Amino acid sequence: MSGGEHVFARIRAGLGRGPLEPEAVAKLEARIAAHAPNLIPARARVPEDERLALFQRMAEEVGTTFAHVPSFDDVPAALLAYLTARGLPARLRMSPDPWLDRIPWSSQPALAIARGRAGPGDLVSLTPCFAAVAETGTLVLVSNGARPATLNFMPDNHVVVLEACDVLGAYEDAFAKLRALHPDVPFMPRTVNFVTGPSRTADIELTIVRGAHGPRRLHVIVRQARARSESAEYRLDRVQA
Amino acid sequence: MQDATLRGALKRMETGFGASRAAAVARLPEFDELRDRAVEIRNHVLANLDFYLERFEREVIAQGGQVHWCATAREARETILSLCRKAGAKTATKGKSMVAEEIALNPFLEANGIQPIETDLGEYVIQLAEQPPSHIIVPAVHLSKEQIADLFAEHHAQYGKTERLTEAQALVAEAREIMRQKYLDADVGITGANFLIAETGTTIIATNEGNGDLTQMLPKMHIVIASIEKVLPTLEDACTLLRLLARSATGQEFTCYTTFSTGPKRPDDLDGPDEFHVVLLDNGRSAMLGTELQDALRCIRCGACLNDCPVYRSVGGHAYGWVYPGPIGAAIDPHFIGLEEAYDLPAASSFCGKCESVCPLRIPLPGIMRYWREQAFERKIAPAPQRAGIRLWAWVARRPALYRIGSRIAVAMLAKLAGRKGRFARLPLAGGWTAARDLPAPEGRTFADRWRTETRRRAS
Repeated sequence: MSGGEHVFARIRAGLGRGPLEPEAVAKLEARIAAHAPNLIPARARVPEDERLALFQRMAEEVGTTFAHVPSFDDVPAALLAYLTARGLPARLRMSPDPWLDRIPWSSQPALAIARGRAGPGDLVSLTPCFAAVAETGTLVLVSNGARPATLNFMPDNHVVVLEACDVLGAYEDAFAKLRALHPDVPFMPRTVNFVTGPSRTADIELTIVRGAHGPRRLHVIVRQARARSESAEYRLDRVQA
Repeated sequence: MQDATLRGALKRMETGFGASRAAAVARLPEFDELRDRAVEIRNHVLANLDFYLERFEREVIAQGGQVHWCATAREARETILSLCRKAGAKTATKGKSMVAEEIALNPFLEANGIQPIETDLGEYVIQLAEQPPSHIIVPAVHLSKEQIADLFAEHHAQYGKTERLTEAQALVAEAREIMRQKYLDADVGITGANFLIAETGTTIIATNEGNGDLTQMLPKMHIVIASIEKVLPTLEDACTLLRLLARSATGQEFTCYTTFSTGPKRPDDLDGPDEFHVVLLDNGRSAMLGTELQDALRCIRCGACLNDCPVYRSVGGHAYGWVYPGPIGAAIDPHFIGLEEAYDLPAASSFCGKCESVCPLRIPLPGIMRYWREQAFERKIAPAPQRAGIRLWAWVARRPALYRIGSRIAVAMLAKLAGRKGRFARLPLAGGWTAARDLPAPEGRTFADRWRTETRRRAS
């Protein structure tokens, strides 16, 4: 019995009906179970080889910056170059995610890396990301034991390592990927963050100021597409399509 | 209208969000089709609201959260207070929430010894100014940079900030710095919700500043306050609505942050709240179902109808007198605070139809305002002089010759009385109107006269 019965009674009175019949309930349950996408704009149905370009174009419009590297081996140097160019210390807080172990961090001894959730003193964070959505230049970040969400919001500078093959077309594609990865319920992590550019506000005289309460800068290091057969995510994406 | 600052702010609105919205809509050819789908989704939800809310509750509980049903604003305030007390809270950070404004949560928490801290920059500014929001999306849009600089100088001295800042960038940076410690110190974080997902028990906020996220992830308790009509069946349905929301609100392709929250912190999570509570508020919404007002429950609070409304852009948000300003306020405020209190809102419409044309959910706002006007007349809510006036007008209007002569005399007299300024700051019988706005005087000729001249001119 729901604690909302008194509210449901008012709703039913307004709608001029009693509780739904079992057949009606079954239809509504089926609608949820189907979770069918509605209209997906043509822009989001971009061919696969154009997705990264669209993602980058849309993300750059809102102030996201990019670096491209041919392999994971090149990520530490790209990160150090980014930090140096902006006069930032080579000290960062990184997701304690084994996925990031494929990157040879010790190749750049100048980088001081701590792993864990973000604290007030952290100026730079680095995280992997679950997917990216081309239609609006949006990163999709999920929380779990290896991916604390504070890293996406507390530090001034947020650096994301993205594999080109994880760029999807539409928001719905990101949810399809989540559903496929967790066929058991619940498939939703505690937090899913859609991030589109660094934080901003227009609350003072409608003037856009970047760097409100979240990161002032958002930088994406893209590891370019490798042979398609290598990528588990890619295969998953295929299954969905 | 003597208020030069307000005039400056309203001037900015003219080139602000409305124009950005039009540009964003033009970039998405499917926009109108998305509106149709969104209308279908929302109508479907409203017709089955009991089912979707029950499913939502079940999923929140399955994820380890709790749902609190509140029929009235008072119940919602008391529920939130008791949750704050349970958490032993001295302060509660708050993300931007119109429903929290609707239930007047801040003064209630303060009166009961809990300090609410608004973290959205605009909400923070109006909290310092001790004013209500004047816009759904940009609550401090009526204040100038100079006024905000004064407020910060006055209130930030206690944090050792003695320099009066004048640049927007610097003001934002100072608020950011001060707010950091407050996020960390708070025991409770309160946010609203743009949508609720029945399928997964998820709550969604769409923001730009990142304050809503820090508000909900750092304290040990996250309370979501949301009204019952915010529920959607699936995440896919949310995708359709989200494609409309930012474009309609600010003309952005998408908000910086769209956050999907499902339950409290998981066992191996390194951050997130230990407790997750959703306070679901009816507050008269169920009574809108099955009435002329039902369509207004499709509203996603984007503010597009305000940005493009000639009345809102002339008088600003505070002139509406309650939480929801603009055309949507004129349509729903009479229901929430009573027609006796709000009958002049639907009356103050030019019926230009702009609001309905930009509403992403195609809410028939002028139609609803017309309904309220009729109600006010039938229920004899408008003051007697006004009702007598309308009856007199109706009698005269059925006699065209008399109407022409009468209106010429009235228009000429009013124009003369108003003098060179062409506006009344005060007018007998119109005090309610002129307290927060001017009444423009007619320019000396009647519409019928001008129409005749104009048609003659064009014919020749």
